[in-house]
Order: sequence, then structure tokens, then C-alpha cells
Amino acid sequence: MKVAFSTSGETLEAPLDSRFGRAAKFFIYDMNTDTFEVVDNQKNLNAAQGAGIQSAETIIRHGVECVVTGHCGPKAFHVLSAAGVQVYTSAESTVAAALEAFRAGTLSPADNADVEGHWG
Amino acid sequence: MILAIASGKGGTGKTTLSVNLAKVWGGAVQLLDCDVEEPNCHLFLKGQPITTEPVNVPIPVVNERLCRACGLCSAFCQYHAIVCLKTAPMIFPELCHGCGGCIRVCPQRALCEEQRRVGEIQTIQEDNIRLIQGCLDVGVAMAPPVIRAVKAKMERDIPAILDAPPGTSCPVVTTLKDSDFAVLVTEPTPFGLHDLTLAVDMILELGVAFGVVINRVGIGDERVQTYCQSKNIPILLEIPDDRRIAEAYSRGILMVDAFPEYRGRLEELKETIRTLQEVRGVAHANL
Repeated sequence: MKVAFSTSGETLEAPLDSRFGRAAKFFIYDMNTDTFEVVDNQKNLNAAQGAGIQSAETIIRHGVECVVTGHCGPKAFHVLSAAGVQVYTSAESTVAAALEAFRAGTLSPADNADVEGHWG
Repeated sequence: MILAIASGKGGTGKTTLSVNLAKVWGGAVQLLDCDVEEPNCHLFLKGQPITTEPVNVPIPVVNERLCRACGLCSAFCQYHAIVCLKTAPMIFPELCHGCGGCIRVCPQRALCEEQRRVGEIQTIQEDNIRLIQGCLDVGVAMAPPVIRAVKAKMERDIPAILDAPPGTSCPVVTTLKDSDFAVLVTEPTPFGLHDLTLAVDMILELGVAFGVVINRVGIGDERVQTYCQSKNIPILLEIPDDRRIAEAYSRGILMVDAFPEYRGRLEELKETIRTLQEVRGVAHANL
């Protein structure tokens, strides 16, 4: 199972980005093989509109089943849930800490967007 | 003649200048309130609305029985208003610009158009001034379709003054497009100058002839004047920071009605604009 973390860096120690749609990168961790890849999301960082939707499409294209991020807006949440992707919000400061929390099962899945569009 | 009043920075006096110019224009004149997110020219006119009509944008609707989830519609849309995930597409009407491209690329003809209301247009007549104002519906983020609808109501052979929204983004560009002349209103402050330079860069890109009006002269410094001189931008009028203008304004009274000296200066401004625009027209004809 692949889990995506919103981040600004490329390592486990990089900060967890509190924004989903406008995160600079996605750190995609494969729980089965304990490997990861980093996907660039730079073009959505500066998009005027539709950043959440396009970021969600990127996540889905990479076969991700769960997303861990700070906050998720309504359009991104709508697209992710339509594709069966589970969204978890976390206030952890690094990708590593968020991954640990996800593994430990202390994060609970969001059943709604937790912020308005364009909040960040 | 189509004259646009724009600014860059908000609150510099676009509406003040637009309505005062309309008042002194003489003869039939159209005043177009293109600041559709908060139209306020009407506050200074007494006429009642003579027509009110809705503005709609066409958005796609999918027939799920025909859709084969090929994703061509989604791939075509530059605004990500359609998302296709191996199921029937999800449509986000608030992101749709109404271009109709998705409908054309669908091999199954599974998409058709539906009208989505985004605002309305009102026409108000006061004596020789016809005010056409757009008003964006609450919750709608896209102003250009309403601005285009306002401009479509304009009669070509009657002079038109367009009160633009602030800024330099799509709504302003939509307003300024096809204007014969533009006035950029600014104030003599660092903030006013900063946004004026942005507005100048935008208008040079659009190729519309323009000049600057400096409002509330006396509250800041000389940097706007220095900038205009260095760029060869004509300063068409300087309005002093006169408390009496603000007091009259707060009661809905225009400076040209309250103070004869300002009526004279606005009439001169109108003549200056006409002359500059004609010179420009001749230059164009000689190209």
C-alpha cells in the first residue's frame, strides 16, 4: 500500500507541508517494500485555481491509497474520496513523524474537508 | 470613444473620476461599471433601474449512460474543471470558463451545455447618463464573463466611460481590452507608485494609449511625478487632497456639482483626453 505525505523536501526528515494542493512535493512511501519516491508538485504550487484537484489527480495516478497532510480543501477531498483515497490529517512536523503516527494507527481518517478552498 | 478608468491600487478614486467625468461629458454618455465585485457608480446617480437581466456561463453536464470514461474532456480542460478517474467525469462548475472545448472533444457526445447564472446586469438612466452595471453573484469567483456581458450592452457610437476594477489581473484586462484610451488613477504614496508601475506594465502590454491622474496630491511625495516624467507618461490632472471633496462624497455629492472650480478642471481633463486620443488615432491611421 502506498501512502503519500505532503512535503517541501525530499527526505524522511523533511517537514510535513500543512497544505495539500499547494505542497511542493509528495513523498510517496510504499508500506509493502519500505521504499519511497518523491513526486514534484511545483506547478500546482503557483496555480491560480484548481491546485487541489490537480494534486489529487497526481496522487491517484501514482496508485496512492492514503494521503497524510496538514489540511485538505473541499475540491481535493471530493476527488480523492471519489477515487477511494483515504485522507488523514496530521500536525506532525516531519514526514518521518507522520509516517510513524500513521504506522502506529494514531491518525484517524478525515470524513470531510477540514478547510475552505484557497485557505493557505 | 471608449475611455477606461483603471488604477492598480484600490481606493485611488476610479469611481470618483468616472462619475464626475460622465457628469461633465455633455450629450449622451454611457457609464459602464465594470467593477462587478462591488459596483458603486450607482450611489452617485439617482435613476431607477430600467432593465435587469441575468448573466449566464455555459457549463458541461455529463450523460453517464453515454460516457465511456476515456478522459479526453479532462485532458483538454486547462482549468481542471473536469476530472475523470476511470468513471464518469466530475465537474467543478466554479472553475469552468465556459469555452465548450470538453463538449467538442467528447467522442461519445456524452456532454451537453447547461447555463449557470453568475451575475446580473442593470441599466439605469439619469438624464444624459446611461449607467450599465454588472453585479457578480455572491459566491462566484469569476468576474470576466459579467464584465464581457456589461461591455456587450455598450452602444458603439455613444461615448463610453468604463470604471475598471482595481488590480492588474483578468477582470482589469477584460475591461481595458479594445479601449481607445485609459486613465490610470493613482495617489502620491509609495504604495500608489508601486501599483502604478504594475498597471503601466500591464497597459503597455495591451497597447492602449494612456495617461495618469494623481489624486489627493499633498498626502505623500513627488515620486509618482518623477516616475511619470522619466517614462514620458502624461500627467493629465492633479487633484489636491481637499477635505471638502471627501465630505461631499460621503453625502453622495460629486465634486463637479459641489465646487465649480473642479467642474472646470474635469472639463479640461475631458478635452485633454479627447485631444490625446485623436492624436493617437491620427498616428494609427498613418501607420
